Amino acid sequence: MAFTTMVGARIRRREDPRLITGRATYVDDVRQVGTVYAAFVRSPYGHAKITSIDTAQAKSDPHVLAVYTGEDLHHAHNLKASLPVAHKMPDLKTPPHYVLALDEARVVGEAVAIVVADSPYTARDAAEKVVVEYEQLPAVVDIEKAAAGPPYVHESLGTNVAFTMPFSAGDPDKAFAEADVTIKQRIVNQRVAPVPIEPRSMVASYDAGMQQLTLYSATQIPHLLRTQLAIVLGLPENKIRVIAPEVGGGFGAKLNVYAEEVVVSWVAMQLERPVKYIETRSECFQAMIHGRDQIDDLEVAAKNDGTITALRLKITANMGAYHQLLTPVIPTLTMLMAHGCYKFENIAAEVVGVFTNTMSTDAYRGAGRPEATFFIERAIDMVAQRLKLDPVEVRRKNFIASDAFPHTTATGLTYDSGDYETTMDKALAIIDYAGLRKQQEELRKQGRYLGIGISTYVEVCGMGPSAAMPAAGWDSATIRVEPTGSITVLTGVSPHGQGQETTFAQIVADELGVPIDHVSVIHGDTDKVQYGVGTFGSRGTAVGGAALKLAIDTIQAKAVKIAAHQWEANPDDVEYRNGKMQVKGDPSKSMTTAEAGFLAFMGDKLPPGLEPGLDATRRFEPPNFVFPFGTHICVVEVDAQSGEVKFVKYLAVDDCGRLINPMIAEGQIHGGIAQGLSQALFEEVVYDGNGQLLTGTLMDYAIPHAEQVPHYELDHTVTPTTVNPLGIKGIGEAGTIGSTPAVANAVIDALAPFGVVHIDMPLKPEKLWAAMQAVPSNGSVR
Amino acid sequence: MIPAAFDYVRANSVEDALRLLTEHGEDAKLLAGGHSLIPMMKLRLAAPAMLIDIAGIPQLDGITASGGGVTIGALTKHAALAASADLRKHAPALWDAANDLGDPQVRNRGTIGGASAHGDPSADYPAVLQALDATFTLAGKGGTRELRAAEFFLGMFETALGANEMLTRIAFDAAPNSAYVKFHHPASHYAVVGAAVALTLSGGKIASARVAITGIGDAAFRAGGVESALQGVNPNDAAAVKAACAGAARGVQARADTFASASYRSAMADVFAARAVAKAASAR
Ligand SMILES: Cc1cc2nc3c(=O)[nH]c(=O)nc-3n(C[C@H](O)[C@H](O)[C@H](O)COP(=O)(O)OP(=O)(O)OC[C@H]3O[C@@H](n4cnc5c(N)ncnc54)[C@H](O)[C@@H]3O)c2cc1C
Repeated sequence: MAFTTMVGARIRRREDPRLITGRATYVDDVRQVGTVYAAFVRSPYGHAKITSIDTAQAKSDPHVLAVYTGEDLHHAHNLKASLPVAHKMPDLKTPPHYVLALDEARVVGEAVAIVVADSPYTARDAAEKVVVEYEQLPAVVDIEKAAAGPPYVHESLGTNVAFTMPFSAGDPDKAFAEADVTIKQRIVNQRVAPVPIEPRSMVASYDAGMQQLTLYSATQIPHLLRTQLAIVLGLPENKIRVIAPEVGGGFGAKLNVYAEEVVVSWVAMQLERPVKYIETRSECFQAMIHGRDQIDDLEVAAKNDGTITALRLKITANMGAYHQLLTPVIPTLTMLMAHGCYKFENIAAEVVGVFTNTMSTDAYRGAGRPEATFFIERAIDMVAQRLKLDPVEVRRKNFIASDAFPHTTATGLTYDSGDYETTMDKALAIIDYAGLRKQQEELRKQGRYLGIGISTYVEVCGMGPSAAMPAAGWDSATIRVEPTGSITVLTGVSPHGQGQETTFAQIVADELGVPIDHVSVIHGDTDKVQYGVGTFGSRGTAVGGAALKLAIDTIQAKAVKIAAHQWEANPDDVEYRNGKMQVKGDPSKSMTTAEAGFLAFMGDKLPPGLEPGLDATRRFEPPNFVFPFGTHICVVEVDAQSGEVKFVKYLAVDDCGRLINPMIAEGQIHGGIAQGLSQALFEEVVYDGNGQLLTGTLMDYAIPHAEQVPHYELDHTVTPTTVNPLGIKGIGEAGTIGSTPAVANAVIDALAPFGVVHIDMPLKPEKLWAAMQAVPSNGSVR
Repeated sequence: MIPAAFDYVRANSVEDALRLLTEHGEDAKLLAGGHSLIPMMKLRLAAPAMLIDIAGIPQLDGITASGGGVTIGALTKHAALAASADLRKHAPALWDAANDLGDPQVRNRGTIGGASAHGDPSADYPAVLQALDATFTLAGKGGTRELRAAEFFLGMFETALGANEMLTRIAFDAAPNSAYVKFHHPASHYAVVGAAVALTLSGGKIASARVAITGIGDAAFRAGGVESALQGVNPNDAAAVKAACAGAARGVQARADTFASASYRSAMADVFAARAVAKAASAR
């Protein structure tokens, strides 16, 4: 590798000046002449039959251009297609998921009709004039009740169980029979809402002359969205252009194909007018996918020395009312990662996906892996507590040893590399673990409750080998050396905060020897960029960056041929050195990539048989996932009078391999930790028994303000991977995955003197206060 | 997030505002900082046909605070209260609350008059102004009238303000030994429980105490039992203060939400009252 000056440097994000000076273009900033505005009429009930819809009054409003119901689409316009779900499960139940509810609504917020008017205000007013009569049906919200029997979310299925997936490895029964101790615990991983600052936003327009549909959407997957729109709308894919302009946060929630995107596109075609829809925050809470929502019933078998010998696991996952794009796939990732960074050989598991009258769950930062890390890291602490061992030692005892890589896990993944103990030891030394334990002891005597929580996580990302993905797992990059020497990069990934306009330019600047300002990274427009899979699953750099590296290799190989021809040298004797070409061992003559690009453009100075132009498009098919890991340590103090949690310290030592831009990696970790600790302490989507959403605004649903998060102390180790040519592992989700259990373990550790073994998240003050009403052990005072 | 249609008019004086209120009747609402009213309109929980903007009325913005007493115009912004050194000295409870309310945007727009007139059961000032035993001046067509804080806050989003009345001024005696402490709701940052305390001290003991609690019931209330129990207590004796603050919310029908149950809220009234007593007694 020729990494020299840019890669590894803390280059400021090139994206930021436009973002922080208000010059960025988000979907709502897209202004097109003649734009009209959509508002959706949504079900106020969790489950109801739609007995009639009267649109007459809304249609008679002079501001209104059109009103469509599910019935209109389905019958009058023959738009019967169902929204896609990507999966490879043989017996998955996939009930129809129409873009506007037909006859029945199954979740609060389900779109029932669309109203289009000349302003967002008149559209909202007119939506209130659509009179929908509902007949309420019994709703089911509780996952276990739903799994057990009626009422059914989809009556025609005769069950609420979408799928069951059993798994077994080794001989768990034998291990349980021979165990010194067994621990059984139900762990609820609560439902959370992604809450990106920018809600779902879209504007569609249709050029009837060209028969061309253009959709601007706040999406993480412009190409996949285009493909799915083509299928659902029955249009040729080459007549659809999807543009993801600036996207204000995705977190997995914009890795989807939403009903609104389809309906707004379709309406734009009917009206031949641009149609804009920016959802409100309340709609975002109702109708954007949610994350997590699993009941994890866990049984652990262990030896007295802390060795864990077997796991039994039942994952009951809430699908919501319908499948969205990856709904059923998420809990299968939980099962895949059920052993974390430990060498568990005996696992019996079952995943059950269950429909309820709630919004669909789907990918939310971490997507299935945080749930696994959470119960495993809690289980390690429970084993330690039961056996009166230090949780650090129980981790040490069970780690996959540093010299045991590659390691194939019981669930069939191959971890190519890892070094869990080194990273943990580094964290313990930085935070002075022994000193903290002593301090904890002292404070307990004064009736103060310090808690120390450790989480040693590993996660699977860099999604992924196509064979193991619900759809394509590769990604693409094009590099064009323009005639005047600037370089255009077209990436198939679709960054929306991950900083690849900077990191990709850093890589190109080093490898092709150009100033970073000469490199422009373009993404998110299907008419500009070759097909790419998008940004999710911490794949942007691990897969998209790897494709970029392949394209660099191709450019260099051709440039070398051009230079060799000029110098009448053998191409094998020409090499790139510090970003320039020279004859090996002879620095007297050199040529830049830009100079080679100009020659390639002029076309008359090329070796015979070499085509003009200096550009390359390459695709990278990952041979494996990547497996970043790390140790997070959280220290909290819990107030015995009120149960309030105060952060004392937070340390994360992560290993994502080679760091292209440490500052950007740290930014990803900061945001990840904030979201992870927020699940541990604050967040919870609550529906009542009828499927009414009780946490539908930011007045009820807590996401942390700056003052509610601690100072993050960060460090890292570097264990490169050979899975991709950059030696890097994804870092977008690691912070979320590592932090939730670290915080929960800290809070529960603080409450150990009260005999607390486990409390479900969110660890709200009231729950902690209630647990602290017990008389504390070891003579401490309250 | 998209309000229903409304009209807008600016009032130049109190008289002007009162005239417009009478003229437009029930469909009209006064608009001060807009930080309670506009969110309600965006959620379509309120749909006034006419907004009468009083934010520009000149005489109603300002703080005079001295050992003699404190007078605050109804249009004084939270940020001005939070930045006032005089207020910090003469009525630290209100200074605490102003500093701990909302975020910078809210503090730069919202007013003490609006926050009081709104009657939000989780707002901070209703407790503080009761602990300070403030006097509210209400202007109406027939002139002005004065009400004590305890008479002003009546219930959930309910105050003694008449339909065609406007709050113009809030005044109270200096209370250098006062404090406000708050248990923030993690989402809204309003008070799950807020406790305001004003003490007079004599010989290291509490001579008299006013204690008011917000966030628990339908409106902020005075904790009379705690007030008498605190008399004669050494405020630095944590056990004694705790004992005196027990049952601060006794007899109050506590509310519950997804964050905190009624019984927990009531229990926290005791804890936060005791914290407020300790803070009020400490020199600042
Ligand atoms: C994000 C956010 C966070 C907040 N956090 C807190 C918090 O932590 N604690 C807290 O206590 N509050 C909080 N608030 C509310 C804030 O204090 C508001 O500023 C205040 O409640 C209303 O004041 P205003 O001047 O904005 O009034 P407006 O919104 O303009 O008016 C509110 C109501 O009072 C009436 N009104 C206004 N002025 C007068 C007057 N002079 N005479 C008669 N009627 C009048 C109006 O007609 C209206 O009905 C928050 C608000 C927001 C948006």
